[in-house]
Amino acid sequence: MSQTTPRALDTASVLWEESVPGGAHWSGVLRRGVTLRVTDSTGGANVSMLFYNWENTLERYNMADTLKGQHTAFLTAGNVCYTDMGRVICSVTGDTCGWHDTISGVSDAATVKARYGAASYQECRNEYHRNGYDSLVNELGKYGLGRRDLVATLNLFSKVTVNDDGGMQFHPGNSGAGDSVDLRFEMDALVALSTCQHPLDPDETYRPRDIALTAWNSGVAGPDDHCRHLCPENERAFINTERLYT
Amino acid sequence: MTQNITESHYAPDAAVFRQVVPAGEPFMRRVARGQVLRILDLEGNQAVDTLFYNADDTEERYDANNTIRGQNNIYLTAGTTLVSNEGNPMLTITADTCGRHDTLGGACSAESNTVRYALEKRHMHACRDSFLLALAEYDHGMSKRDLPSNINFFMNVPVTPDGRLTFEDGISAAGRYVEMRAEMDVLVLISNCPQLNNPCNAYNPTPVEVLVWDA
Repeated sequence: MSQTTPRALDTASVLWEESVPGGAHWSGVLRRGVTLRVTDSTGGANVSMLFYNWENTLERYNMADTLKGQHTAFLTAGNVCYTDMGRVICSVTGDTCGWHDTISGVSDAATVKARYGAASYQECRNEYHRNGYDSLVNELGKYGLGRRDLVATLNLFSKVTVNDDGGMQFHPGNSGAGDSVDLRFEMDALVALSTCQHPLDPDETYRPRDIALTAWNSGVAGPDDHCRHLCPENERAFINTERLYT
Repeated sequence: MTQNITESHYAPDAAVFRQVVPAGEPFMRRVARGQVLRILDLEGNQAVDTLFYNADDTEERYDANNTIRGQNNIYLTAGTTLVSNEGNPMLTITADTCGRHDTLGGACSAESNTVRYALEKRHMHACRDSFLLALAEYDHGMSKRDLPSNINFFMNVPVTPDGRLTFEDGISAAGRYVEMRAEMDVLVLISNCPQLNNPCNAYNPTPVEVLVWDA
C-alpha cells in the first residue's frame, strides 16, 4: 500500500470543480497535463472508471496490460493506467486510500435488483436504482461508443483481495470521508464514470455515495517523476506516450 | 493451492471436428449450443488466448469480470460458468485436467511487448495481431473493439493476498485439456500464443488441438 497525504491545491490553478451524486454517471474530456482529484465525500464511495484516447477512442485503458506491466492486481500512488497501445493515459500521483480495485467490473440491472430490490423510475423518480453497466453504456453512447467498448473498469476507493485459492474478498471501509485519489492525465482522454455501488459490496441497502471532482493544471510527468520510474515498464510506456505528442 | 482435476468421458475418435492449431496461429469457429469444445495442450504449458461471442449477437461476449465475480474466484476450472457482458451463461467448463486457468493476464500485443520487454520487441508476432487478422477474415464488422479481456487457458497467473500479480511457470503438461459445453451458440476465437519472451511457456510456443463433440 502506498498512501500519500493529499497535495494542497493552488486555488489559482483549479480549472473546475463539480459534485457527482451517488448512483449517477458522468463523462468528460481531461487534457494532457491536467490532474483530476476524485474525492470520496462521505466515505464508502465506489467510482467505476474507463479511459479512452480522445483522438482515437479505439485506444483505451487496458486492465490486463496495466496489471502485467506493473506486476500488481490493484492501483495506488505511483501506478499508472496503460492503454492497449502501450502508453500511459493517466498516472496515480496521489492517493490517501491505498487500494483501488481493477478486477471486479461493475454491477448490472439483474444484480442490483436481486440485491436491493426493485425501484423503478415510475415509482421512485430520480431515486430509482441504477447500475454500473447501464450507466457506463449511457455515457459511452454520447460518443458513439457502446457495449463493445465497455471493457474492464477501474473501481476507485474499493478494495478486493484474492486469497491463495483464488477467492475474492471485498473489504468494507477501505475509503473514508475525504479520501481522495489524484489522476494526472498524460494523454487527452475521454473519461466515463459511474458512482454506483461496487458489485461485491455486501451492503444490502442501496446507498451509492457522492463524490467530488476537481481539475487543475499540473503539467505532465517530469524527468524524475515517481510514476515514470516506478518500474522499467513504466519508463518505456512513458517513452511511447511522449512519442505520440512529439 | 487447491487443484481441481476433472476428466472427460468423450473419446477423441467420436469428435465431429478436430483441428491442430499450430503455435502462433489464430482459430475461429462456431460452436452450437449443447456441443462440447475441448482444447488439448499437445506439448505442455502452451498459452491459448481465447474469447467467446454470442454467435447471433457478437456485441454479447465473454466477460472476465462477470465470470470471476460470478464464482467469487479468479481462477477458471471445472464447474466455472463463463459469463457474458449481459450476465448470461455462455459455456460451462465440464472437464479440466490442468487445474486452473487465467483470465486476468490478457493477450500479448506488439505494443505491450515494447512495455514489458524492450522497445525493439515491437516487431515480434503477438496474440492481438492474430486476433485482429481472424476478426478481419471473419468479416462481420468485428474489430479491435471486439477484443475485451480474454481467457488464457493453461496459463498460471497468480494474484497474491497482498495484491501482486505474477506470471509463474506453467502447471499444464503434454496431454492436459480443458473442456466446456456451450450454453448458447457461440463463436470461439483463439490465438495460440506466439510469445517468445516469457518463461511461462519455456520460451517455446507449441501446437494445440481443438476438438468438438455433438451433445
